[in-house]
Amino acid sequence: MRQIWLVFLKDVQQEFKTRYAINAILLFAIVTLSAVSFSIGTYTATARILAALFWVILFFSSMSGLSHIFIREEETHTADTLKLVARPANIYLGKFLFNLILLILLEIILIPLFIAVMNFQIVNYQIFLSTMFIGNFGLAGGGTMVAAIISKASTKGALFTVLAFPILLPVLVSGISATRKAAESAKLMDVQNELQALFAYGVIIIVASILLFDFVWNE
Amino acid sequence: MSKVWKLILYLGLALIIIGAFIWAPLEPKILKEYTRIFYFHVPVAWICVVFFFIAAYYSFQFLRTRDLLYDAYAKISNELGILFAILATVTGSIWAKVTWGSFWNWDPRETSIFILLLIYGAYFSLRSAVEQEDRRARLAAVYSLLAFVTVPFFVFVVPRIYFSLHPEPVINAQGKIHLEVRQRVIFFSSLLFHTVLYLWLFQMRKTQVKLQMILRQYKEYKMLEE
Repeated sequence: MRQIWLVFLKDVQQEFKTRYAINAILLFAIVTLSAVSFSIGTYTATARILAALFWVILFFSSMSGLSHIFIREEETHTADTLKLVARPANIYLGKFLFNLILLILLEIILIPLFIAVMNFQIVNYQIFLSTMFIGNFGLAGGGTMVAAIISKASTKGALFTVLAFPILLPVLVSGISATRKAAESAKLMDVQNELQALFAYGVIIIVASILLFDFVWNE
Repeated sequence: MSKVWKLILYLGLALIIIGAFIWAPLEPKILKEYTRIFYFHVPVAWICVVFFFIAAYYSFQFLRTRDLLYDAYAKISNELGILFAILATVTGSIWAKVTWGSFWNWDPRETSIFILLLIYGAYFSLRSAVEQEDRRARLAAVYSLLAFVTVPFFVFVVPRIYFSLHPEPVINAQGKIHLEVRQRVIFFSSLLFHTVLYLWLFQMRKTQVKLQMILRQYKEYKMLEE
Protein backbone atom coordinates (compact mmCIF):
# COMPACT_ATOMS: atom_id res chain seq x y z
CA MET A 1 0.00 0.00 0.00
CA ARG A 2 2.76 2.36 0.92
CA GLN A 3 4.44 1.79 -2.44
CA ILE A 4 1.26 2.81 -4.26
CA TRP A 5 1.12 6.02 -2.28
CA LEU A 6 4.81 6.73 -2.89
CA VAL A 7 4.51 6.22 -6.65
CA PHE A 8 1.47 8.47 -6.67
CA LEU A 9 3.28 11.18 -4.65
CA LYS A 10 6.29 11.03 -6.92
CA ASP A 11 4.12 11.61 -9.97
CA VAL A 12 2.23 14.43 -8.25
CA GLN A 13 5.48 16.17 -7.33
CA GLN A 14 6.86 15.75 -10.83
CA GLU A 15 3.63 17.06 -12.27
CA PHE A 16 3.66 20.03 -9.92
CA LYS A 17 7.09 21.05 -11.14
CA THR A 18 6.30 21.04 -14.83
CA ARG A 19 2.49 21.01 -14.92
CA TYR A 20 2.71 19.42 -18.36
CA ALA A 21 -0.10 16.91 -18.24
CA ILE A 22 -2.62 19.08 -16.46
CA ASN A 23 -1.98 21.93 -18.87
CA ALA A 24 -2.31 19.71 -21.91
CA ILE A 25 -5.51 18.14 -20.74
CA LEU A 26 -7.13 21.37 -19.55
CA LEU A 27 -6.25 23.39 -22.59
CA PHE A 28 -7.40 20.66 -24.94
CA ALA A 29 -10.73 20.52 -23.14
CA ILE A 30 -11.17 24.28 -23.22
CA VAL A 31 -10.22 24.51 -26.90
CA THR A 32 -12.61 21.72 -27.85
CA LEU A 33 -15.39 23.21 -25.78
CA SER A 34 -14.86 26.61 -27.40
CA ALA A 35 -14.81 25.10 -30.87
CA VAL A 36 -18.03 23.21 -30.22
CA SER A 37 -19.78 26.16 -28.65
CA PHE A 38 -18.66 28.49 -31.41
CA SER A 39 -19.82 26.09 -34.11
CA ILE A 40 -23.24 25.62 -32.58
CA GLY A 41 -23.70 29.32 -31.94
CA THR A 42 -26.83 30.46 -30.17
CA TYR A 43 -28.80 27.33 -30.94
CA THR A 44 -29.54 25.30 -27.79
CA ALA A 45 -29.00 21.65 -28.56
CA THR A 46 -31.18 18.91 -27.10
CA ALA A 47 -30.14 17.03 -23.95
CA ARG A 48 -29.19 13.97 -25.96
CA ILE A 49 -26.75 15.88 -28.15
CA LEU A 50 -25.31 17.83 -25.24
CA ALA A 51 -24.69 14.66 -23.25
CA ALA A 52 -22.89 13.14 -26.23
CA LEU A 53 -20.83 16.30 -26.81
CA PHE A 54 -19.79 16.39 -23.17
CA TRP A 55 -18.48 12.86 -23.25
CA VAL A 56 -16.75 13.41 -26.59
CA ILE A 57 -14.90 16.41 -25.16
CA LEU A 58 -14.06 14.50 -21.99
CA PHE A 59 -12.88 11.46 -23.93
CA PHE A 60 -10.59 13.31 -26.32
CA SER A 61 -9.15 15.50 -23.58
CA SER A 62 -8.30 12.41 -21.57
CA MET A 63 -6.75 10.91 -24.72
CA SER A 64 -4.38 13.84 -24.86
CA GLY A 65 -3.51 13.76 -21.19
CA LEU A 66 -3.60 10.25 -19.78
CA SER A 67 -0.58 8.85 -21.56
CA HIS A 68 1.82 11.41 -20.13
CA ILE A 69 2.79 9.47 -17.03
CA PHE A 70 4.28 6.56 -18.88
CA ILE A 71 5.71 8.50 -21.79
CA ARG A 72 7.49 10.80 -19.37
CA GLU A 73 8.98 7.74 -17.66
CA GLU A 74 10.31 6.43 -20.94
CA GLU A 75 11.64 9.78 -22.14
CA THR A 76 13.42 10.69 -18.93
CA HIS A 77 14.71 7.12 -18.65
CA THR A 78 13.46 6.73 -15.12
CA ALA A 79 11.45 3.65 -16.03
CA ASP A 80 14.30 1.24 -15.22
CA THR A 81 14.81 2.69 -11.77
CA LEU A 82 11.12 2.47 -11.12
CA LYS A 83 11.18 -1.20 -12.09
CA LEU A 84 13.70 -1.86 -9.36
CA VAL A 85 11.86 0.03 -6.68
CA ALA A 86 8.26 -1.20 -6.69
CA ARG A 87 6.20 -4.21 -7.67
CA PRO A 88 4.30 -3.93 -10.99
CA ALA A 89 0.85 -4.01 -9.45
CA ASN A 90 1.77 -1.16 -7.11
CA ILE A 91 3.20 0.89 -9.97
CA TYR A 92 0.00 0.44 -11.95
CA LEU A 93 -2.18 1.41 -9.00
CA GLY A 94 -0.06 4.46 -8.21
CA LYS A 95 -0.27 5.68 -11.81
CA PHE A 96 -3.97 4.84 -11.92
CA LEU A 97 -4.51 6.99 -8.84
CA PHE A 98 -2.63 9.82 -10.49
CA ASN A 99 -4.74 9.59 -13.64
CA LEU A 100 -7.89 9.44 -11.54
CA ILE A 101 -7.00 12.66 -9.74
CA LEU A 102 -6.07 14.23 -13.09
CA LEU A 103 -9.48 13.35 -14.50
CA ILE A 104 -11.28 14.65 -11.42
CA LEU A 105 -9.39 17.94 -11.68
CA LEU A 106 -10.31 18.18 -15.35
CA GLU A 107 -13.95 17.55 -14.59
CA ILE A 108 -14.08 20.08 -11.74
CA ILE A 109 -13.20 22.70 -14.32
CA LEU A 110 -14.95 21.25 -17.36
CA ILE A 111 -18.36 20.50 -15.87
CA PRO A 112 -19.27 24.03 -14.69
CA LEU A 113 -17.87 25.49 -17.93
CA PHE A 114 -19.85 23.09 -20.05
CA ILE A 115 -23.08 23.64 -18.16
CA ALA A 116 -22.66 27.39 -18.38
CA VAL A 117 -21.49 27.70 -21.97
CA MET A 118 -23.69 25.09 -23.62
CA ASN A 119 -26.75 25.80 -21.48
CA PHE A 120 -27.01 22.22 -20.32
CA GLN A 121 -29.94 21.91 -17.92
CA ILE A 122 -29.36 19.10 -15.46
CA VAL A 123 -32.45 18.01 -13.61
CA ASN A 124 -30.89 15.47 -11.30
CA TYR A 125 -27.38 16.18 -10.06
CA GLN A 126 -27.25 12.90 -8.13
CA ILE A 127 -27.36 10.90 -11.35
CA PHE A 128 -24.85 13.14 -13.07
CA LEU A 129 -22.29 13.19 -10.31
CA SER A 130 -22.49 9.48 -9.56
CA THR A 131 -22.10 8.71 -13.27
CA MET A 132 -19.02 10.92 -13.43
CA PHE A 133 -17.54 9.43 -10.29
CA ILE A 134 -17.95 5.80 -11.32
CA GLY A 135 -17.10 6.50 -14.96
CA ASN A 136 -13.79 8.06 -13.92
CA PHE A 137 -12.60 4.75 -12.54
CA GLY A 138 -13.24 3.04 -15.85
CA LEU A 139 -11.63 5.82 -17.88
CA ALA A 140 -8.56 6.08 -15.68
CA GLY A 141 -8.15 2.31 -15.35
CA GLY A 142 -8.38 1.53 -19.05
CA GLY A 143 -6.44 4.65 -20.02
CA THR A 144 -3.54 3.88 -17.68
CA MET A 145 -3.23 0.34 -19.00
CA VAL A 146 -3.28 1.35 -22.66
CA ALA A 147 -0.80 4.17 -21.86
CA ALA A 148 1.56 1.54 -20.45
CA ILE A 149 1.21 -0.53 -23.62
CA ILE A 150 1.93 2.29 -26.03
CA SER A 151 4.78 3.75 -24.01
CA LYS A 152 6.85 0.83 -25.26
CA ALA A 153 5.83 1.38 -28.89
CA SER A 154 7.44 3.87 -31.24
CA THR A 155 4.65 6.17 -32.48
CA LYS A 156 2.97 7.36 -29.32
CA GLY A 157 0.33 10.00 -29.89
CA ALA A 158 -2.17 8.75 -32.43
CA LEU A 159 -1.71 5.16 -31.38
CA PHE A 160 -3.05 5.89 -27.91
CA THR A 161 -6.42 7.08 -29.16
CA VAL A 162 -6.73 4.18 -31.62
CA LEU A 163 -5.98 1.59 -28.97
CA ALA A 164 -7.93 3.18 -26.16
CA PHE A 165 -11.19 3.84 -28.01
CA PRO A 166 -12.46 0.22 -28.22
CA ILE A 167 -11.39 -0.47 -24.65
CA LEU A 168 -13.09 2.63 -23.22
CA LEU A 169 -16.21 2.46 -25.37
CA PRO A 170 -18.42 0.78 -22.72
CA VAL A 171 -17.79 3.78 -20.47
CA LEU A 172 -18.81 6.13 -23.27
CA VAL A 173 -21.99 4.22 -24.07
CA SER A 174 -23.21 3.95 -20.49
CA GLY A 175 -21.96 7.44 -19.59
CA ILE A 176 -23.73 9.18 -22.45
CA SER A 177 -26.96 7.34 -21.77
CA ALA A 178 -26.83 8.13 -18.04
CA THR A 179 -25.94 11.79 -18.62
CA ARG A 180 -28.86 12.15 -20.99
CA LYS A 181 -31.15 10.74 -18.32
CA ALA A 182 -29.67 13.15 -15.79
CA ALA A 183 -30.94 15.98 -17.95
CA GLU A 184 -34.35 14.45 -18.48
CA SER A 185 -35.62 12.42 -15.56
CA ALA A 186 -35.57 13.04 -11.84
CA LYS A 187 -35.03 9.64 -10.22
CA LEU A 188 -31.78 7.80 -9.46
CA MET A 189 -33.57 4.50 -10.09
CA ASP A 190 -33.80 5.14 -13.82
CA VAL A 191 -30.08 4.90 -14.38
CA GLN A 192 -29.38 1.82 -12.32
CA ASN A 193 -28.62 -0.22 -15.46
CA GLU A 194 -26.01 2.24 -16.61
CA LEU A 195 -24.48 2.67 -13.18
CA GLN A 196 -24.27 -1.08 -12.74
CA ALA A 197 -22.61 -1.42 -16.13
CA LEU A 198 -20.12 1.36 -15.33
CA PHE A 199 -19.29 -0.12 -11.95
CA ALA A 200 -18.85 -3.63 -13.34
CA TYR A 201 -16.69 -2.30 -16.16
CA GLY A 202 -14.50 -0.38 -13.70
CA VAL A 203 -13.94 -3.42 -11.53
CA ILE A 204 -13.23 -5.71 -14.49
CA ILE A 205 -10.83 -3.36 -16.23
CA ILE A 206 -8.83 -2.62 -13.08
CA VAL A 207 -8.52 -6.29 -12.16
CA ALA A 208 -7.56 -7.28 -15.73
CA SER A 209 -5.00 -4.45 -15.84
CA ILE A 210 -3.39 -5.47 -12.56
CA LEU A 211 -3.08 -9.03 -13.84
CA LEU A 212 -1.69 -8.02 -17.24
CA PHE A 213 0.50 -5.10 -16.21
CA ASP A 214 3.36 -7.34 -15.16
CA PHE A 215 3.72 -8.61 -18.73
CA VAL A 216 3.86 -5.10 -20.17
CA TRP A 217 6.18 -3.64 -17.59
CA ASN A 218 8.85 -6.31 -17.22
CA GLU A 219 10.79 -7.35 -20.30
CA MET B 1 -8.18 -32.99 -43.33
CA SER B 2 -9.01 -36.36 -44.80
CA LYS B 3 -10.68 -36.80 -48.15
CA VAL B 4 -13.93 -38.15 -46.74
CA TRP B 5 -14.45 -35.13 -44.52
CA LYS B 6 -13.63 -32.80 -47.38
CA LEU B 7 -16.21 -34.48 -49.54
CA ILE B 8 -18.83 -34.25 -46.80
CA LEU B 9 -17.98 -30.59 -46.30
CA TYR B 10 -18.23 -29.69 -49.99
CA LEU B 11 -21.48 -31.59 -50.47
CA GLY B 12 -22.93 -30.15 -47.29
CA LEU B 13 -22.11 -26.57 -48.21
CA ALA B 14 -23.43 -27.01 -51.75
CA LEU B 15 -26.67 -28.44 -50.40
CA ILE B 16 -27.02 -25.63 -47.89
CA ILE B 17 -26.51 -22.92 -50.48
CA ILE B 18 -29.02 -24.53 -52.83
CA GLY B 19 -31.41 -25.27 -49.98
CA ALA B 20 -31.23 -21.72 -48.64
CA PHE B 21 -32.51 -20.47 -51.96
CA ILE B 22 -35.02 -23.17 -52.85
CA TRP B 23 -36.05 -25.33 -49.96
CA ALA B 24 -36.30 -23.06 -46.94
CA PRO B 25 -39.68 -21.41 -46.56
CA LEU B 26 -39.88 -17.65 -46.63
CA GLU B 27 -41.02 -15.42 -43.85
CA PRO B 28 -44.41 -14.68 -45.33
CA LYS B 29 -45.35 -11.23 -44.16
CA ILE B 30 -42.80 -8.58 -45.05
CA LEU B 31 -39.29 -9.90 -45.38
CA LYS B 32 -39.84 -12.59 -48.05
CA GLU B 33 -36.71 -13.02 -50.17
CA TYR B 34 -34.58 -10.95 -47.81
CA THR B 35 -34.46 -13.61 -45.11
CA ARG B 36 -32.05 -15.69 -47.16
CA ILE B 37 -29.06 -13.64 -46.10
CA PHE B 38 -29.77 -14.74 -42.53
CA TYR B 39 -28.29 -18.18 -43.27
CA PHE B 40 -24.98 -16.60 -44.24
CA HIS B 41 -24.79 -13.51 -42.09
CA VAL B 42 -25.21 -15.23 -38.74
CA PRO B 43 -22.54 -17.96 -39.28
CA VAL B 44 -20.04 -15.32 -40.43
CA ALA B 45 -20.74 -13.10 -37.43
CA TRP B 46 -20.56 -16.10 -35.11
CA ILE B 47 -17.24 -17.20 -36.63
CA CYS B 48 -15.84 -13.70 -36.14
CA VAL B 49 -16.53 -13.93 -32.41
CA VAL B 50 -15.09 -17.47 -32.33
CA PHE B 51 -11.85 -16.24 -33.90
CA PHE B 52 -11.74 -13.44 -31.38
CA PHE B 53 -11.84 -16.00 -28.60
CA ILE B 54 -9.25 -18.14 -30.39
CA ALA B 55 -6.94 -15.12 -30.70
CA ALA B 56 -7.33 -14.39 -26.98
CA TYR B 57 -6.56 -18.05 -26.22
CA TYR B 58 -3.34 -18.02 -28.26
CA SER B 59 -2.35 -14.66 -26.73
CA PHE B 60 -2.80 -16.20 -23.30
CA GLN B 61 -0.69 -19.21 -24.31
CA PHE B 62 2.01 -16.91 -25.59
CA LEU B 63 2.17 -14.99 -22.34
CA ARG B 64 2.29 -18.27 -20.46
CA THR B 65 5.04 -19.97 -22.47
CA ARG B 66 6.80 -17.13 -24.37
CA ASP B 67 6.83 -19.37 -27.43
CA LEU B 68 6.76 -17.20 -30.56
CA LEU B 69 4.76 -19.83 -32.43
CA TYR B 70 1.74 -18.93 -30.29
CA ASP B 71 2.23 -15.30 -31.20
CA ALA B 72 2.18 -16.29 -34.89
CA TYR B 73 -1.04 -18.24 -34.29
CA ALA B 74 -2.56 -15.23 -32.50
CA LYS B 75 -1.63 -13.03 -35.45
CA ILE B 76 -3.24 -15.28 -38.05
CA SER B 77 -6.39 -15.75 -36.00
CA ASN B 78 -6.66 -11.98 -35.79
CA GLU B 79 -6.18 -11.77 -39.56
CA LEU B 80 -9.01 -14.18 -40.19
CA GLY B 81 -11.04 -12.45 -37.51
CA ILE B 82 -10.82 -9.08 -39.21
CA LEU B 83 -11.77 -10.68 -42.52
CA PHE B 84 -14.91 -12.13 -41.02
CA ALA B 85 -15.69 -8.96 -39.11
CA ILE B 86 -15.66 -7.08 -42.42
CA LEU B 87 -17.84 -9.76 -44.02
CA ALA B 88 -20.28 -9.73 -41.11
CA THR B 89 -20.51 -5.93 -41.18
CA VAL B 90 -21.11 -5.84 -44.93
CA THR B 91 -23.73 -8.60 -44.96
CA GLY B 92 -25.33 -7.08 -41.90
CA SER B 93 -25.54 -3.64 -43.53
CA ILE B 94 -27.10 -5.10 -46.63
CA TRP B 95 -29.67 -6.86 -44.51
CA ALA B 96 -30.21 -3.68 -42.48
CA LYS B 97 -30.79 -1.64 -45.60
CA VAL B 98 -33.45 -3.93 -47.01
CA THR B 99 -35.13 -4.71 -43.72
CA TRP B 100 -34.92 -1.59 -41.59
CA GLY B 101 -34.26 1.04 -44.23
CA SER B 102 -30.77 2.32 -43.56
CA PHE B 103 -27.30 0.86 -43.77
CA TRP B 104 -26.22 1.67 -40.25
CA ASN B 105 -28.25 2.30 -37.11
CA TRP B 106 -25.99 1.89 -34.09
CA ASP B 107 -28.08 -0.99 -32.91
CA PRO B 108 -26.21 -2.73 -30.02
CA ARG B 109 -25.20 -5.74 -32.10
CA GLU B 110 -24.06 -3.50 -34.95
CA THR B 111 -22.07 -1.51 -32.42
CA SER B 112 -20.45 -4.67 -31.10
CA ILE B 113 -19.33 -5.85 -34.53
CA PHE B 114 -17.99 -2.36 -35.19
CA ILE B 115 -16.06 -2.54 -31.94
CA LEU B 116 -14.63 -5.90 -32.94
CA LEU B 117 -13.49 -4.31 -36.20
CA LEU B 118 -11.86 -1.47 -34.26
CA ILE B 119 -10.16 -3.88 -31.88
CA TYR B 120 -8.72 -5.90 -34.76
CA GLY B 121 -7.59 -2.70 -36.48
CA ALA B 122 -5.99 -1.43 -33.26
CA TYR B 123 -4.28 -4.79 -32.79
CA PHE B 124 -2.65 -4.57 -36.21
CA SER B 125 -1.64 -0.94 -35.81
CA LEU B 126 -0.03 -1.85 -32.47
CA ARG B 127 1.84 -4.72 -34.11
CA SER B 128 3.13 -2.46 -36.86
CA ALA B 129 4.30 0.18 -34.36
CA VAL B 130 6.72 -1.98 -32.42
CA GLU B 131 10.07 -3.02 -33.88
CA GLN B 132 11.50 -5.75 -31.67
CA GLU B 133 9.87 -9.10 -32.17
CA ASP B 134 9.41 -10.29 -28.61
CA ARG B 135 8.25 -6.89 -27.37
CA ARG B 136 5.76 -6.74 -30.23
CA ALA B 137 4.45 -10.19 -29.40
CA ARG B 138 4.13 -9.36 -25.70
CA LEU B 139 2.33 -6.04 -26.18
CA ALA B 140 0.00 -7.45 -28.83
CA ALA B 141 -0.86 -10.39 -26.57
CA VAL B 142 -1.62 -8.09 -23.63
CA TYR B 143 -3.81 -5.87 -25.80
CA SER B 144 -5.64 -8.87 -27.19
CA LEU B 145 -6.43 -10.09 -23.68
CA LEU B 146 -7.46 -6.62 -22.52
CA ALA B 147 -9.85 -6.33 -25.45
CA PHE B 148 -11.14 -9.83 -24.74
CA VAL B 149 -12.18 -8.66 -21.28
CA THR B 150 -14.06 -5.67 -22.68
CA VAL B 151 -16.00 -7.34 -25.48
CA PRO B 152 -18.43 -9.52 -23.46
CA PHE B 153 -19.97 -6.29 -22.27
CA PHE B 154 -21.03 -5.46 -25.76
CA VAL B 155 -21.85 -8.84 -27.15
CA PHE B 156 -23.84 -10.15 -24.23
CA VAL B 157 -24.73 -7.45 -21.74
CA VAL B 158 -25.71 -4.41 -23.76
CA PRO B 159 -28.19 -6.04 -26.17
CA ARG B 160 -30.07 -7.41 -23.19
CA ILE B 161 -30.25 -4.08 -21.40
CA TYR B 162 -31.00 -1.69 -24.20
CA PHE B 163 -33.56 -1.92 -26.94
CA SER B 164 -32.22 -3.77 -29.95
CA LEU B 165 -33.30 -3.77 -33.59
CA HIS B 166 -32.01 -7.29 -34.00
CA PRO B 167 -34.78 -9.88 -34.01
CA GLU B 168 -34.57 -12.69 -31.52
CA PRO B 169 -35.67 -15.89 -33.20
CA VAL B 170 -32.85 -17.97 -31.79
CA ILE B 171 -31.51 -16.40 -28.62
CA ASN B 172 -34.23 -14.88 -26.53
CA ALA B 173 -35.58 -14.55 -23.03
CA GLN B 174 -38.04 -17.43 -23.23
CA GLY B 175 -35.42 -19.87 -24.46
CA LYS B 176 -37.53 -21.03 -27.37
CA ILE B 177 -36.61 -21.07 -31.03
CA HIS B 178 -39.08 -19.27 -33.26
CA LEU B 179 -38.10 -20.85 -36.55
CA GLU B 180 -39.96 -23.36 -38.65
CA VAL B 181 -38.54 -26.86 -39.03
CA ARG B 182 -37.05 -26.42 -42.50
CA GLN B 183 -35.55 -23.08 -41.59
CA ARG B 184 -34.11 -24.65 -38.48
CA VAL B 185 -32.46 -27.43 -40.45
CA ILE B 186 -30.87 -25.07 -42.93
CA PHE B 187 -29.81 -22.59 -40.28
CA PHE B 188 -28.13 -25.00 -37.93
CA SER B 189 -26.49 -27.00 -40.67
CA SER B 190 -25.28 -23.75 -42.23
CA LEU B 191 -23.81 -22.78 -38.88
CA LEU B 192 -22.13 -26.14 -38.51
CA PHE B 193 -20.71 -26.41 -42.00
CA HIS B 194 -19.50 -22.83 -42.12
CA THR B 195 -17.76 -23.33 -38.79
CA VAL B 196 -16.05 -26.46 -40.07
CA LEU B 197 -15.03 -24.70 -43.28
CA TYR B 198 -13.48 -21.73 -41.56
CA LEU B 199 -11.75 -23.82 -38.92
CA TRP B 200 -10.26 -25.87 -41.75
CA LEU B 201 -9.03 -22.64 -43.35
CA PHE B 202 -7.49 -21.69 -40.02
CA GLN B 203 -5.83 -25.09 -39.70
CA MET B 204 -4.21 -24.72 -43.11
CA ARG B 205 -2.93 -21.27 -42.20
CA LYS B 206 -1.59 -22.59 -38.89
CA THR B 207 0.35 -25.32 -40.67
CA GLN B 208 1.77 -22.75 -43.07
CA VAL B 209 2.92 -20.50 -40.21
CA LYS B 210 4.40 -23.43 -38.30
CA LEU B 211 6.39 -24.51 -41.35
CA GLN B 212 7.64 -20.94 -41.81
CA MET B 213 8.79 -20.87 -38.20
CA ILE B 214 10.54 -24.24 -38.48
CA LEU B 215 12.29 -23.03 -41.63
CA ARG B 216 13.42 -19.86 -39.90
CA GLN B 217 14.76 -21.76 -36.89
CA TYR B 218 16.60 -24.12 -39.24
CA LYS B 219 18.22 -21.20 -41.08
CA GLU B 220 19.31 -19.62 -37.79
CA TYR B 221 20.75 -22.95 -36.69
CA LYS B 222 22.69 -23.26 -39.93
CA MET B 223 24.01 -19.70 -39.55
CA LEU B 224 25.16 -20.41 -36.02
CA GLU B 225 26.98 -23.52 -37.21
CA GLU B 226 29.10 -21.57 -39.66
